Amino acid sequence: MSDTTFARLDVLKTYKLYVGGKFPRSESGRVYEVTKATSAAGAAGKREWLANVPLGTRKDARDAVLAARKAVKGWAGTTAYNRGQVLYRVAEMLQGRREQFAAEVAVSEGIGPKKAAALVDAAIDRWVWYAGWTDKVAQIAGGANPVAGPYFNLSTPEPTGVVGIVAPQAGYGHSLLGLVSVIAPAIATGNTVVVAAAAAAPLPALSLGEVLATSDVPGGVVNIISGRTADIAPTLASHQDVNALDLTGAIAADGPGAAAALEAAAADTLKRVVRPELDPFAQDWTNAPGTDRLLSFLETKTVWHPMGI
Amino acid sequence: MAKKKNTEQPAAKPAGGLFTYAPAPESPAAAGDIASSYGHFIGGQFVDSSGSEALKTVNPATEEVLAEFAQGTEEDVDRAVAAARKAFGDWSALPGSERAKYLFRIARIIQERGRELAVLESIDNGKPIRETRDFDIPTVAAWFFYYAGWADKLDYAGFGPNPRPLGVAGQVIPWNFPLMMLAWKVAPALATGNTVVLKPAETTPLTALRFAEICRQAGLPKGVVNIVTGDGRTGAALTAHPDVNKVAFTGSTPVGRAIARQLAGSRKKLSLELGGKAANIVFDDAPIDQAVEGIVNGIFFNQGHVCCAGSRLLVQESVQDELLDALKRRMSTLRVGDPLDKNTDIGAINSAAQLARITELTEAGEAEGADRWSPECELPGTGFWFRPTLFTGVSQAHRIAQEEIFGPVLSVLTFRTPAEAVEKANNTPYGLSAGIWTEKGSRILWTAERLKAGVVWANTFNKFDPTSPFGGYKESGYGREGGRHGLEAYLDV
Repeated sequence: MSDTTFARLDVLKTYKLYVGGKFPRSESGRVYEVTKATSAAGAAGKREWLANVPLGTRKDARDAVLAARKAVKGWAGTTAYNRGQVLYRVAEMLQGRREQFAAEVAVSEGIGPKKAAALVDAAIDRWVWYAGWTDKVAQIAGGANPVAGPYFNLSTPEPTGVVGIVAPQAGYGHSLLGLVSVIAPAIATGNTVVVAAAAAAPLPALSLGEVLATSDVPGGVVNIISGRTADIAPTLASHQDVNALDLTGAIAADGPGAAAALEAAAADTLKRVVRPELDPFAQDWTNAPGTDRLLSFLETKTVWHPMGI
Repeated sequence: MAKKKNTEQPAAKPAGGLFTYAPAPESPAAAGDIASSYGHFIGGQFVDSSGSEALKTVNPATEEVLAEFAQGTEEDVDRAVAAARKAFGDWSALPGSERAKYLFRIARIIQERGRELAVLESIDNGKPIRETRDFDIPTVAAWFFYYAGWADKLDYAGFGPNPRPLGVAGQVIPWNFPLMMLAWKVAPALATGNTVVLKPAETTPLTALRFAEICRQAGLPKGVVNIVTGDGRTGAALTAHPDVNKVAFTGSTPVGRAIARQLAGSRKKLSLELGGKAANIVFDDAPIDQAVEGIVNGIFFNQGHVCCAGSRLLVQESVQDELLDALKRRMSTLRVGDPLDKNTDIGAINSAAQLARITELTEAGEAEGADRWSPECELPGTGFWFRPTLFTGVSQAHRIAQEEIFGPVLSVLTFRTPAEAVEKANNTPYGLSAGIWTEKGSRILWTAERLKAGVVWANTFNKFDPTSPFGGYKESGYGREGGRHGLEAYLDV
């Protein structure tokens, strides 16, 4: 019934980190500006401001590792069926927020709304793909071994533990679909993760935390930190309590030298390392994912038992 | 509306000074609306039969008629197969990831409507609500969830790249786990890209017809799932239909044999899950209390209407007395009665015909010289009921040691050595399942290796999981349901 004519002012969201199932600001109290990506890279002029996001620090990363470690026992201990249902629940929740994510992906990657929506759909379907893997991976990665003797011998894959992930920073679909493509396979098998989000395109990642928090994913299973990868990634690579490192975004973020340095740092505690693509900018995240990532963060355990009266 | 029924049954008599239980009845109204009569579900809608014959399904706990349903004719079967054939092209051409999402939807809707389905199943079948609620329906949802995940992963299933579906699957299922058997058949068939015509059992059609509604809620394309009701004549018309590419049957060994004969010379792929006469072997070092629970679960679960029931107890002579004393004590605490009472352990026998069969075989057991024992327990006045029953002094030649009783009747035999246990366990034309009770791991594995049975449970019994293959050796059938292996029955491999 108002007779004044003014455009209603939107309520803007304060983007926050996602750590231990909670949404803290950075312990640094600092933020950095995220601007709209343009299709013509390096276009002249001032870029459009989108949001101030937390400038996550080394300390934020260490806190996240602590949370991830705490969550391992519970998450790895759930049944594969249960994990599958939780991952499927993420797809359900993401479907309900499709439009929000399409808008964020569009501005994050500088693409049109149709393409962005298709990328969100693909991200939803990717959760479904991995939801279906939780109770099948042991059937393709494990099994009975016909040893030459009166022994029962069975190999079973088990999760590695805490996985540090440098999220995709480039390539078509990296901001959400790429992110889901690195998180989902790691947690499908019972690992927990700490993710350094795409530094220049962190909005879908930080919003994904909100989806995960309402999807029956236990707190600490996925932890997402925005900020300079040059700060966060080395902390993960050298951390004594991280078991594996996914360097997918490391070259795009800080160059091949940085990726090699992270791998070298990971060698200290013999972390399992997934190396980045040589040309991450050419990566198309809509390609079928296969099982590589699913099998990357597993330990094979083999049990022997004698047969006899 | 579900028909009103006085659900009060006399509370089970306390045995050995145990507690009495106040009735804890589930509301029959939770089953949702049951129509007075049902047609078939063909091409996405309910249609009338071309014939006029109708069958009735009764609540076996009350003998009340629940609904009428159509006796499927050859023409009905033909229409259903045509609908499935028509749907096959588009369904099999869908990307696996899209098929997966339909199946995930079905799994979720089953979870959502779990209570309704549990009550409906209990009413139509006679099994205790505790079992439908805690076992049947959750297993149904899990089965769809598991096979949903395979739909876009068939390249990884070990059958080579891009394995193809067979076409139209004709599926005939039994009455002992009506909706669960439907799930075991429909989920893998759809995941692999086949379309189906399913015939539920003539004493338990209601949950399958309710499932048709679930398919509609899930938006499943028309004709992908078709349900034709009727008795064995309808089943025979379905398995004989020339445009069916795959036949899957769960039921008795004689019918399975007849289907195998019928399909001889055709190109139809066949999988059969038939009868059983499982040995539950208890060694002298077994934990007795745990074994007793397993024996009771093995034979009295679902009134013993279980193809893999542990219907032959093989107990090592040295622990026979101790075990049987404990078993009888435990049997005395079983509560037989109203299936909708949440305290009920043993519900109603599914039909008058099955009750007659159980009665006949137990009489034969007595006539052949075995000793019969049952605990004292009051049975309701109406409905079909049978006391949990134990036979001792059973020889391998007795009918009750050889034939499948499919009721709450346990035959006890003894052995002295592990080798003798294995020999007796295998002395049956069946080979579906077996149980082993011993504290010694190596003995479990030694025994399991020698048993001719498709599923061997050690220190547990009657465990099922969608990831785990199930099926028999010998005359218990061929093919496996469940797990990665379960895909093979529906793939052209």
